[in-house]
Amino acid sequence: MNSTVAASGQIGPPESRPVTIDMRLLEKSLRRPRSAFSFVMSVLVALMTISALVPLFSVLLMLLLRGGKRLSLSVLTQLPPTAFEHGGGFGNAIVGTLLMVGIAALISIPFGILAAVFLAEVAPESRLAKVIRMCAKLLTGFPSILAGVFAYGAVVLITGGFSATAGGIALSILMLPTVMLTAEEAIRMVPNKVREAAIGMGTTQVQTVWMVLLPAAFPGILTGIMLAVARAAGETAPLLFTALFSNYWFGSGGNMSLRQPTASLAVLIYNFSAMPFKNQVELAWAAALVLVLIVLTVNLVGQGLSRSTTND
Amino acid sequence: MAGIGLESTAVGETVTRAPTPMEKFGNSAFRLACYLFAWLTVILVLYIVYTIARQAAPAIDKYGWGFVSGTKWDPNTRQFGVLPEIWGTLYSSLLAVTIGTLFGVAVAVFLSEHFLATLVFSLLKVFGLQFHFLWGKLPDQLEHLLRNLVELLAAIPSVVYGLWGIYFVIPFIRPLCHWLLIKLGWIPIFSTTLSGPGMLPAGIVLSIMILPTIAAISLNSLSAVPPKLRQAAYGLGATRWEAILAVILPTASKGIFGAVILAFGRALGETMALAMLIGNSNVISWSLFSPGNTLAALLANNFAEAGPSEIPVLMFAALILLAITLLVNVVGAFILESASAGREGAGQ
Repeated sequence: MNSTVAASGQIGPPESRPVTIDMRLLEKSLRRPRSAFSFVMSVLVALMTISALVPLFSVLLMLLLRGGKRLSLSVLTQLPPTAFEHGGGFGNAIVGTLLMVGIAALISIPFGILAAVFLAEVAPESRLAKVIRMCAKLLTGFPSILAGVFAYGAVVLITGGFSATAGGIALSILMLPTVMLTAEEAIRMVPNKVREAAIGMGTTQVQTVWMVLLPAAFPGILTGIMLAVARAAGETAPLLFTALFSNYWFGSGGNMSLRQPTASLAVLIYNFSAMPFKNQVELAWAAALVLVLIVLTVNLVGQGLSRSTTND
Repeated sequence: MAGIGLESTAVGETVTRAPTPMEKFGNSAFRLACYLFAWLTVILVLYIVYTIARQAAPAIDKYGWGFVSGTKWDPNTRQFGVLPEIWGTLYSSLLAVTIGTLFGVAVAVFLSEHFLATLVFSLLKVFGLQFHFLWGKLPDQLEHLLRNLVELLAAIPSVVYGLWGIYFVIPFIRPLCHWLLIKLGWIPIFSTTLSGPGMLPAGIVLSIMILPTIAAISLNSLSAVPPKLRQAAYGLGATRWEAILAVILPTASKGIFGAVILAFGRALGETMALAMLIGNSNVISWSLFSPGNTLAALLANNFAEAGPSEIPVLMFAALILLAITLLVNVVGAFILESASAGREGAGQ
């Protein structure tokens, strides 16, 4: 070591004495504290990464074991049981979840896409666009329970009752930023050549957007919609006091109005998880399995879509 | 298409034409609709704040600052205070952010340094398969899979994590907590028994839920560190971890800090898992094992059955939660913005 330092520190004509370097010093050896520290840290980080994934597998395993035990066709088609009743299911909750996510999608998709077209095409650099992006980002971090509080204040208190509409509106607020920001990104990703070719052919802006940009950006937009739907389907907090819960089928007794309390899988899991009855807890696990299957399927399809488009 | 166009076009005739009045009208209408929905986004955010504030107004008039400093929540005597909830919200979120940052940054470093790919590559090398047309793809594929698995952690609904927490985390950590209480009970954070729900299980589950946020954003800022810096560090003779700890992490620190703040914002507003795991009792305690309550859990538990007199009070609590989360989110977004702006400046 000393010899190399002396050699490199020297200024002037090269010395005739040959420089000797102990080659063993340049080899990587775990005996040296610096290399050993590096190795230990690498192992530590690998272990921490593995342990970060343990919860995922633990959740999935518990769901398969405890929920799979109870899962059957009758569980998917029957109504929730009362306190001491055996059997039962959560068919109405599945219908309710689909219904409210559907309402939320009907509101948030057109809203989100039109706002995204504004952000990406109509006035991308305007001050309004900057404010809107800021608002959308704030909505991304908006606590889901506050969407419920808002829907309670804006819909439930005014219409005078818990309803599927209120639940759908609460969910749509949570879906909106995801749909909007991913759609904006997807429209921006369309190559400028395509845009210019369309304009060069004399299309109006609506024709460019509608016939060229939106079809080209469709896979990306769909990914955003899928991710938003997956998130909305799993949300509980916004539904607790907007749609409440119902032990009956939606539309039972010929009441097809959206202004009635509606069941959902997420709220069913919450309600049943705290009950002292074994039957209800088992149903909560089965419902959780169904919910996670729905959410993960939609999520994976969405991710797959985005991968197939980015790879092209 | 081109062939058909050529055939049907006579000499002197063009395929292009000016937009018809109808098309012009459609264009204007479409632009108008875009402006309308763009404005609606802004109006929506303002309307949300307005609705909650208007409903909370009677309670703000009546209780004022005493609401924030009060410790009792009793609808019968009409005494309302949310100090225990604010304490619980901050305590559980800080706990979750501490655990989540540790593991989230570890995951981000693991992925950004391609530890897995390197390991698999050297394993394949042993068998001489590292450039095989199928096996050779394995390192990248495994890394991609790992990244997706971390993202899947965020896809599992909060209520399912709550259920898992009740039936897995609490029974799992209870013996350990009991042991800590007996051996180290004199330290305030271990000073009570874990009777079931409590801060620690809530914090653990919450940290799992925010981990993907921290990991994803940290990974972005770690990958954005210019390769020059890393090469310079290696050139000076740094080991891999000396380069990571002294050069790469400090360079990416602003982005990681932004990620932590955003994750903190998520943790503050997270509701269901906490409502199921924290115990919902109005206690202010340093102990990790004591039950507590959070603002979001308070809303989740009380709103559905609240009478007309309790609604404004709950709206007031919601307004406080809104103010805290908005503040944290704006700060986080601002830090991330300035981090990426600084990076763009450095890259030029």
